[in-house]
Amino acid sequence: MAKYQRGDRVRIRVGVPPTHFRTPEYVQGKRGRVETLCGVFPNPESLAYGGDGLPAQPLYTIEFSQTELWANYKGPTTDTLLIDIYEHWLENI
Amino acid sequence: MAENGHENGHGHGDNAEYYSLKAEAIQALLIEKGVCTLDDILTMADRIDSRSPEDGAKVLAHAWVDPEYKQRLLADAESALLELGYDLPETAPKLTVLENTDDVHNMAVCTLCSCYPRAILGRPPAWYKGLAYRSKVVVDPRGVLQEFGTELDAAVQVRVIDSSADFRYLILPKRPAGTEGMSEEDLAKLITQESMIGVAQALSPDSVTAS
Repeated sequence: MAKYQRGDRVRIRVGVPPTHFRTPEYVQGKRGRVETLCGVFPNPESLAYGGDGLPAQPLYTIEFSQTELWANYKGPTTDTLLIDIYEHWLENI
Repeated sequence: MAENGHENGHGHGDNAEYYSLKAEAIQALLIEKGVCTLDDILTMADRIDSRSPEDGAKVLAHAWVDPEYKQRLLADAESALLELGYDLPETAPKLTVLENTDDVHNMAVCTLCSCYPRAILGRPPAWYKGLAYRSKVVVDPRGVLQEFGTELDAAVQVRVIDSSADFRYLILPKRPAGTEGMSEEDLAKLITQESMIGVAQALSPDSVTAS
């Protein structure tokens, strides 16, 4: 059911819906790697308004290089950031 | 940031009265609309207040002394917690434990709000919920570590985990050197709230034996 697996390269979709969403703008448009498939969860964008959260969304931990997120990152290039993102926010690269 | 402290149109600064009124209004609406009962709200608040960083420290100290338990905790935190008598409520978000090692240092944040492993650590510290920590730790995690007095070698990979969805993250700090003969109970005293968020290391054994 899940479209991606560990190690896949993905890009986070860009979008700022006027409603509730849980994909911070600082990762939008950025390229990362699937670290873990966390499971399948009701969609919070539906739950927030009393909806049933269906269709449920696969949830992944995505790992980014800090230098991908911030052009002027001060630390070593090996530093990373992980964040949990629902599948409908992921795009193929 | 505007002078009145209303950044981004949100945030009412230290206006406790505002938040208290807002909480009361939301609570009244939830009850009136039948979403939950007053009893549900009080039970949940009691449940959160019944946990504290000492509970997390107890679990993580056990992981330090029992390598097989540690593996179970890292693989399936909820089952491992149950072994020690911590039955996380079904409604609680999922819990994952991340291990800090000689090579990797994990730090937890919630940039969207204040997600935190409340089911095992209780309420988060005020700074964890503040805009300063939430905005800085993702951009400059090593700067934040310095602010907490935490020294980290450049060769150690820093991994920030932004808990933005259905999982909460508990950090297993690195066991300090010189703790080989210590009891599990004394080891737990080295595991601070800050070390379980990842802004600090566990305390050195001197800090406990000296007291």
